[in-house]
This record gives sequence, structure tokens and C-alpha cells, in this order.
Amino acid sequence: MSAPVIVARGVRKGYGGTAVLNGIDLSVAEGEVVCVIGPSGSGKSTLLRCLNNLEDADSGVITVGGAPMGFERRADHLVRLGPRAAARQRTRIGMVFQNFNLFPHLTVLDNLTEAPCRALGVPRAEAVRRGRELLERVGLGDRGDAYPRLLSGGQQQRVAIARALAMRPAVMLFDEPTSALDPELVDEVLKVMRDLAREGMTMVVVTHEIRFAAEVADRVIFMDGGAIVEQGPAKTVIESPAQPRTRAFLTRVVA
Amino acid sequence: MAASAEAGDVLAGLPVRRRVRVWAWAPHVVLVVLAAMGVSALVTNRRFEWGVVGRYLLSVDVVKGIGVTLGMTAAVMVLSMVLGTVVALMRLSGGRLLSWSAGLFVWVFRSVPMLVQLLFWYNLAALFPQLSLGVPWGPRLVTWDTNVLISPLMAAVIGLTLHESAFLAEVVRSGIGSVDRGQRDAAMALGLPPATAFRRIILPQAMRVIVPPLGNQLIQLLKATSLVSVIALNDLLYSVQLIYARNFETVPLLIVAVLWYLVITVVLTAGQRYVERHFGRGHATADTRTVPPRAANGGEA
Repeated sequence: MSAPVIVARGVRKGYGGTAVLNGIDLSVAEGEVVCVIGPSGSGKSTLLRCLNNLEDADSGVITVGGAPMGFERRADHLVRLGPRAAARQRTRIGMVFQNFNLFPHLTVLDNLTEAPCRALGVPRAEAVRRGRELLERVGLGDRGDAYPRLLSGGQQQRVAIARALAMRPAVMLFDEPTSALDPELVDEVLKVMRDLAREGMTMVVVTHEIRFAAEVADRVIFMDGGAIVEQGPAKTVIESPAQPRTRAFLTRVVA
Repeated sequence: MAASAEAGDVLAGLPVRRRVRVWAWAPHVVLVVLAAMGVSALVTNRRFEWGVVGRYLLSVDVVKGIGVTLGMTAAVMVLSMVLGTVVALMRLSGGRLLSWSAGLFVWVFRSVPMLVQLLFWYNLAALFPQLSLGVPWGPRLVTWDTNVLISPLMAAVIGLTLHESAFLAEVVRSGIGSVDRGQRDAAMALGLPPATAFRRIILPQAMRVIVPPLGNQLIQLLKATSLVSVIALNDLLYSVQLIYARNFETVPLLIVAVLWYLVITVVLTAGQRYVERHFGRGHATADTRTVPPRAANGGEA
């Protein structure tokens, strides 16, 4: 484990008076796989959306690869980035959503080439080559010309992972990637994620798949009420949690 | 239990016959009779003067009028699409002043009748005899005589565009609102610049919802251009009016106009179907013809 890729300091976020994140401190090392578990409404997804600046934190700072997300450093102060520069920052962070959010009007392959071509300026031919390679890797080499609607949920989510990887991100964020899937389709998605972890991708995974967390995560974070209640090596947190709240949650989920 | 299972076996053995609908023929008869009456009136009533209709259908003045009508419809539609989209984006933007101004625009130009607007712009000179470009309240760079600048065509294009774009702004706004929020999230997370995300991801999906009402608006607009005859602009309607003012063949010439409006609408509708299919690609509802024509089956029984 080397220098941290993601660092969050004192991140707070609320919606209309209700606090969702109550001062989160977090750092994720390069190549580390962190799974975030916790009851719904605990702020897991909001934390993830703050990490790549899909949402602005009310206070606190998040850096990815040393750059403050959504801000530009000027000598002794930070200035909020304009929308174009903020978008540019996000190109380095891949995100996979619970509901896949593939672009339904584009073919699978075009889903993979759209952002590399238009956000990074990758030549079309190269983006297509890389896109086909990634589809091959997630086991969908023959579905490039199909529209997303024609794929099963598990296939759509694998395309979504490939789409994020097409940007060659430094970090991958997963927001409950298997929660919207039929049970028999969960494993094909987890397998792709497991391979990715094995290849050394830095990953933050919000999930309800405790078994996956136990097996793949270097570290498990348990969140409740907008705060990190407990964190540590996957085995420790899941098999012998120190906090009663963690224990209560785990007995409910695993049972 | 055993008894009901036996009954089930009996039922399963029965053949299924079509239900006989005693009155199914009635609407057919009514429609056929009405159609026959219509055709007979068209053929036997000599006052339709089909000969005159045929003579003027492709006359130079009428064809020129069609050109004006189509040109004006196209120009106004394009301008209104642009202006309407801008107003819709202002409406949806977070900015309170922007969204409020857009609301004001829609309210004003949707409320004032098209005809009133045409007359108003045509008579703009009564309000502002001269129009100039320059620094507000400061020196003027160029000045025009309003009556010269606002020709009937100009008045028509301005009036129709403002009216149309107020409606289109609402159509575009509802279309953009119909796109799933996750699409915006995905585009943002991939780092697509906001303008690119709008143009490549949001708008194409919004178009699926926008196109059907857009087709309606376009046909409305085509017909609304006939209002410009009141400011003496030689569109299709005004051209036939000029002709029947000379030869008093009022009805045949109005029929010439009607036929052309019908033809143009058919073409526009075909175009709309094509555009709908284009923007519907990748969607389950792309081709509405895949819905089984159930009503037709029932009717034949």
C-alpha cells in the first residue's frame, strides 16, 4: 500500500436541514479495495457522490490524486471550478450506478466510446479498439452493436463497468452495483469486479454483498447516521465487529 | 376439490368458438352510407367547379404562394426551435432571474393571440417610428425607419416566431424533464462537458418526448401562416384570395388551398413518423406498429 489516492477531510453534507454526512474522514491507498456497508440512509451513496463531485459537500475537502475535487488551489485559498474544469476532473474517476444508467439511445459500443472521444479527445478508431477490448474482457465481445435495452441487467451492468474503464480512471466507485439485479445475475457482475480488484484497481464499493466484501475488500467501512462507525480489515469488521451497531446490522443482513 | 377438478377437465375439453357480435356491422354501414353521401355531393354538386380547381391547382400564383407558406413555416420553425430551447434552458436553469424571465416570456407570447401579434408587429412604427443600434441611452450607431425595416414578411416572421417559441419552450422543457436523472449523473460522472452532455445525451433522449407535440406545433404553424393574409403577405391563402377577388370563383379557389394544405400535412406527418423512429432507437416503444391491432380482430368477428 502506497500513497493515498483519495483523501476526505471533515466532509459534511445536508439536504434542507437534515445532515446526511457528519464529518467524514477517509483515505484510500492506491490499489486498495474499500467496501462501504451500512443501513440505507446512512449516507453511503452520498459519500460516493461527493467523492467524484457529483454533489458538492457543504464543508470539508476531498482530494483525488492530490487535486481538490471541485476546487482549484490558488496560493492560499481554494476557488470553485467552473463546470468544464469540474467535468475534466471527473474523467479520472469511474463510477458505476445501481441502475446502470447506460445511454439507451446509443449502442453498447457507442456507450463506451462517447466519453473517451468527446471528453478526452481520443481518436474514434482507438476508442473503438479499446471499447471492443473492454467488452471482450467483461465477456460481451459480441454485443457491441446491440442497444442496451436488449441486454439483461447483469450484462448492462458489465457494460457500465466497461464504459467507466474506457476512461482509464485512476479510481473506480461502485454505488450498490448489484442491488437492482435479479439474484442469479449478481455473480457475473461480482466476478468482473473481483478481477478488477485483483488487477490492482483502486476501488470504493458501496454494497450489501457482505460475502463479496469479506472476500475482496482490503478494508470494510461501516457507516450509520452519516458517520463512519467502524472500519478495519474485512475479516475483523465482518466476523468480529467491535461496535454494537455494526454487530446489529450484520446479524440482520447475513441472517 | 375432486368435483372442481373434474369440472376443470370438462372445461378443458370444450372447443373455443368466436363470440358472435350481433351489432358489429352497424358502424360499418353508417360509415359507408356517410362516405357515399359525401362522394355523391362532391360529384353531383356542380358548384364545386372541379374544372376551375384543376385549372388553378398548379397555376404560377398558387405555386408561388405555396413557396411563401412553406418558406415561412420552415424559417419560423427553425428560429422557434432555437429560441424555444434557449427559453426552456433558462426556465430550467438554477438562476432565479433567468427562470423568471423565461416564465414571463412564455406567459406573454403564449397569451397574446397570433393574429393580434401579427397586427402589432406590422404596426410597430406607430409605437417606435425609428429603430437604432447603439449604446442604451447613449449614442446611436445605426438607425432605421421602422416602416422600412418591418416589412410584412418581417412582421410575420417575428410574430409567428415569438408565439411559436413560447409554445415550443414548454414542449422542450417537458421533454428535458422526462429524461431520467441517472442519465445526467452518468454523463457527469464520465466527465462529459455540460454542453456536450446536453447535446449528445440529454437532448436526443428528450427528443423522443418532444417530437410528437413538435409535429402538432408544426402543422398548427403551417395553418397559422394563413393569418398573414391580413397583412397582405402573398402566402397560399392570400394568393387564392387575390385570384377569386378577380374571377369570383371563391369556393373552387378555397378548395385549391385546402387541397394543398392537406397534401403538405401528409408530407409533414410522414416526416414526423420518420423522425420519431430515428429518436426512438434503442427504446421499447420505438415502433408503435408492434402493438397488436386488437380492435381490428374484434371488428371482423
